[in-house]
Amino acid sequence: MDRQVILSYLPLYRDAAWLTLRLGCMGIAFSLLIGLACAAARYRKTPILSALAAAYIEVSRNTPLLIQLFFLYYGLPKIGIRTNAAACGVAGLAFLGGGYMAEAFRSGLEAIPLSQKESALSLGMTEFQALWHVVLPQALSVSVPPLMANVVFLLKETSVFSAVSLMDLMFTAKDLIGLYYSTTESLFLLVAFYLLILLPVSVAGSLLERRLRYAGFGV
Amino acid sequence: MSRELLAVENLVKRYGENTVLDKISFRVQEGETLVIIGPSGCGKSTLLRCINALEPIQGGRILLDGQEISRDAKSLPKLRQRIGMVFQNYELFPHLNALDNITLAPIKVQKRKRAEVVEEAMSLLERVGLKDRAYDFPRQLSGGQKQRIAIVRALCMRPEALLFDEVTASLDPEMVREVLDVLLALAEQGRTMLIVTHEMQFARAVADRVLFLDGGKIVEEAAPDAFFDAPQSERARKFLRTFTFETVKHQKIGGYSK
Repeated sequence: MDRQVILSYLPLYRDAAWLTLRLGCMGIAFSLLIGLACAAARYRKTPILSALAAAYIEVSRNTPLLIQLFFLYYGLPKIGIRTNAAACGVAGLAFLGGGYMAEAFRSGLEAIPLSQKESALSLGMTEFQALWHVVLPQALSVSVPPLMANVVFLLKETSVFSAVSLMDLMFTAKDLIGLYYSTTESLFLLVAFYLLILLPVSVAGSLLERRLRYAGFGV
Repeated sequence: MSRELLAVENLVKRYGENTVLDKISFRVQEGETLVIIGPSGCGKSTLLRCINALEPIQGGRILLDGQEISRDAKSLPKLRQRIGMVFQNYELFPHLNALDNITLAPIKVQKRKRAEVVEEAMSLLERVGLKDRAYDFPRQLSGGQKQRIAIVRALCMRPEALLFDEVTASLDPEMVREVLDVLLALAEQGRTMLIVTHEMQFARAVADRVLFLDGGKIVEEAAPDAFFDAPQSERARKFLRTFTFETVKHQKIGGYSK
């Protein structure tokens, strides 16, 4: 490994990591919103929305992100919707993640006994108030571990962004290998930067889990 | 002349083929304490859940203050603000401390001022002897304390009537008393209450009237003394006998003695 080469690549990787992190975070934020909405629709068994959410969850979880991105990036322009690569990346990640997040939220919601909801209803709360003030806060503590696992998973999935020519970490590494045959240095930096992004997320997740466990909602 | 607060008319509740409540009718006057007793599975708890509209009903109607309880989603929250319910397993919200458990619904549902609700909650807590536990979480409280908090939570909504569903059934014996004392005090204040219980002595002490339910029907309806001293039906006599014990003499068992 050549130290000079590594040092000269650093700015490229830094920019790529920034792009990966930025688009990844945006996609994850949207996926959390989509997941929460889908889980709520399924939990409340809202007639049509619940079926739509179930269908969406199956489609999003059972198709590869690569295909979803191709669909958005090459497919949408064919029907006259102009997009750019970054928007496609975020949308693709949100589409994929939404299904996983929905299932994580759902597992939490289902872990809360029905009697808690009834107790809230008997105090005159509406279904929504019971969900928002009573069921959801408890469900979140159950959902945090799978949600954090999904965050890590989605951040890793951003490596597929390179397929729609977004200059993320993966793209940068492949580019440098193609241009300079600097395989060792490029791959080393690729792994290092992914770890740099993901390790803090994992550690933060563990801390959050532990805090919630000590908050111990056990009755 | 007291007014009639609650009227149940020909209430029918079925789970599939199984009829749990079969044309139940009774009335509750304002300020009255009605105790409902009966063997397990006779439909006592279901009856309370129907009145609070937690269960759909298949026939009959329930009137609150002369108005039929409508079961569309919009009017249910209004109804349930007028009829409080306390559950067997407390059902406190584990993520909130005692005070927040009590004040959540008055603030969010009735839109009352926080300061005013907290003041009322604290004075209610003081009355049940739990003022110093206001900031404890449910997991830090004993069963009896949790149930008293749950009662305060229902009271803080200022309901016109209260439903108590076997509120001492999950408690250790020595905690039963502290909860029952709270109910006795409420009865003394002239609260309108429907109490489902297995505590027969308590039932006798607190009731203005006793309903004996069996097989989804009201078998007997009487004043407490009349019911406990001279039950009219064979079914009630048999039920009450299960709460008394014959004295068993210590007897030498043959074969082991020399």
